[in-house]
Amino acid sequence: MERDKHFVLGVYEDEDVLLAAIRKVRDSGIKIMEVYSPFPVHGIDEALGYKRTRLPIAAFLFGLLGTSLALLMQIWMLGFDWPMIIGGKNFASLPPFVPVTFELTVLLSALGMVGTFMVVSDLKPYKKPRLMDIRITDDKHVMAIDLAGNKMSKEDIRKIVGDSGASEVNDKDFE
Amino acid sequence: MQVTSAVREDLVTGGKTVHDVTHDICRQVEGKPTKSWMLGMAISLGALGIGTYAVLALLWEGIGVWGLNKTVGWAWDITNFVWWVGIGHAGTLISAILLLFRQKWRMSINRAAEAMTIFAVICAACFPGLHMGRLWVGFYWALPLPNTWGSLWVNFNSPLLWDVFAISTYFTVSLVFWYIGLIPDFASIRDRATNKISKAVYGALSFGWDGAAKTWMRYESVALILAGLATPLVLSVHTIVSFDFATSVIPGWHTTIFPPYFVAGAIFSGFAMVLTLMLVTRKVYKLEDYITINHIELMNIIIIITGSIVGIAYITEFFIAWYSGVEAEQYAFINRATGPYWWAYATMMTCNVISPQLFWFKKIRTNIAATFILSIIVNIGMWFERFVIIVTSLHRDYLPSSWAMFYPTFYDVGVYLFTFGLFFTAFLLFAKFFPVINMAEVKSIIKSSSLKETK
Repeated sequence: MERDKHFVLGVYEDEDVLLAAIRKVRDSGIKIMEVYSPFPVHGIDEALGYKRTRLPIAAFLFGLLGTSLALLMQIWMLGFDWPMIIGGKNFASLPPFVPVTFELTVLLSALGMVGTFMVVSDLKPYKKPRLMDIRITDDKHVMAIDLAGNKMSKEDIRKIVGDSGASEVNDKDFE
Repeated sequence: MQVTSAVREDLVTGGKTVHDVTHDICRQVEGKPTKSWMLGMAISLGALGIGTYAVLALLWEGIGVWGLNKTVGWAWDITNFVWWVGIGHAGTLISAILLLFRQKWRMSINRAAEAMTIFAVICAACFPGLHMGRLWVGFYWALPLPNTWGSLWVNFNSPLLWDVFAISTYFTVSLVFWYIGLIPDFASIRDRATNKISKAVYGALSFGWDGAAKTWMRYESVALILAGLATPLVLSVHTIVSFDFATSVIPGWHTTIFPPYFVAGAIFSGFAMVLTLMLVTRKVYKLEDYITINHIELMNIIIIITGSIVGIAYITEFFIAWYSGVEAEQYAFINRATGPYWWAYATMMTCNVISPQLFWFKKIRTNIAATFILSIIVNIGMWFERFVIIVTSLHRDYLPSSWAMFYPTFYDVGVYLFTFGLFFTAFLLFAKFFPVINMAEVKSIIKSSSLKETK
């Protein structure tokens, strides 16, 4: 069977039922491809066994880049490229450079992190999402199980998902 | 699993289900514009039209059309600038600082407050640009461009330049923060859309959001870090705005109390503007179950705290002027309170320090009409605060032969009107085409709210 084409979907109404169901389904040896929710459910990443995102590291590195660029720019422009005496102070005196350095640190950190988030999550304006169920963005939680990724038969998977508290068990096939 | 203290009142009332949230908010976007919306839009566009005439005349003639003179070289332009920036502080404060403090009541007001922030910052940014008289020079006077483009590198020692960086960073980060929050809600509208145009538009706006748990996990991490970045940012912006005054040597401006005093004043006026707008939106869109009396009371409590901080700052300024023994400083403050601009000082004191104290009474802070009136009074007071700081410190120059008064012309009023038109036009467009409440966040607290309701 082809990968990423044929799915069994478990539809859940309640986030606590969903969390219990994820543990149950995973314990019975089924690999869950992904769970889709209308809002962030706390604890779902641990239940699914996801590793913590490394986006904070990206934010820190982009922030560091902002700090360095801001300092280099100000020191080079006023200290080396065209030194001017302003208020009798040193050409490149650090204290007045603090505000701009701070602002650029925040700016690059925020934009860099959000940009990274967009890229790793594949969010872009012209993207057509592959929706498992139209009600995901309304009020339903949907657990998607890729049939090609599991050795179990479709009927067994449907039974386990149905017993885990799902309100509906559906099939979904993509072209 | 959400744990909420039993003493806390419900954040969402009326036993709403998750589907109700989607329906109640999306309905506003999907329906036809109402008569009251059309009327509001007509008034805003009218103001924008008259204002545009004033702006064009200003650009054509130069800032001589304003009532400025050689003594009072800064008046309504910078007053309006600081006023709008101050209003623009509530949105990011609500969404960032209240997120870090895990205050869940922020969830039904943060979207509209952030929108208000963005529009207010745009209005504020009009003034530094326009007060140069020639808008286009703003680019090579304010941006670090090579010497061959303008005169020289910009002066990084100047607080006016810090302002450029602070305001533009604040605007960009607030916009990004706001947009990230909007993506899942745009997806909700996309999936409910019935006609082709809205499917395509909201499809593009939602960036192909599919609600995957992995994306939600990253989304929450991004929101938390953006909040962590925006918190010092929001405090830095008005601090830097206050440096425009505090680093100068004008008596009445040269005070170290300015940064915290300005930040408190900004939060004060920002919350007042949020209340003014939300009380109307809540009524017109029938959102009483999402923005409850509880929300209004909590916002009023923040107003009374920040209003009292501002009051203490006024008194401290006066005391320090006397205690410093600097005659020029003492004169500046005596002149503020008893000179020809005493009425502006009295308005400021009444609106900012005395009237918000009425919120100590629970009856008043839970009364919608009283809150609405007081929220407008606060913003009138905050406008006068900036006017008092700016004009009364300047109008009695060092030499009595240079003493002058400031009288606004049609163009002073017109440019102010322009920003009002811009602000309300943008806000009305937002209220019609964007989800006014953060649906995804509100949905995450529905269960704990409705559980208590059914008990």
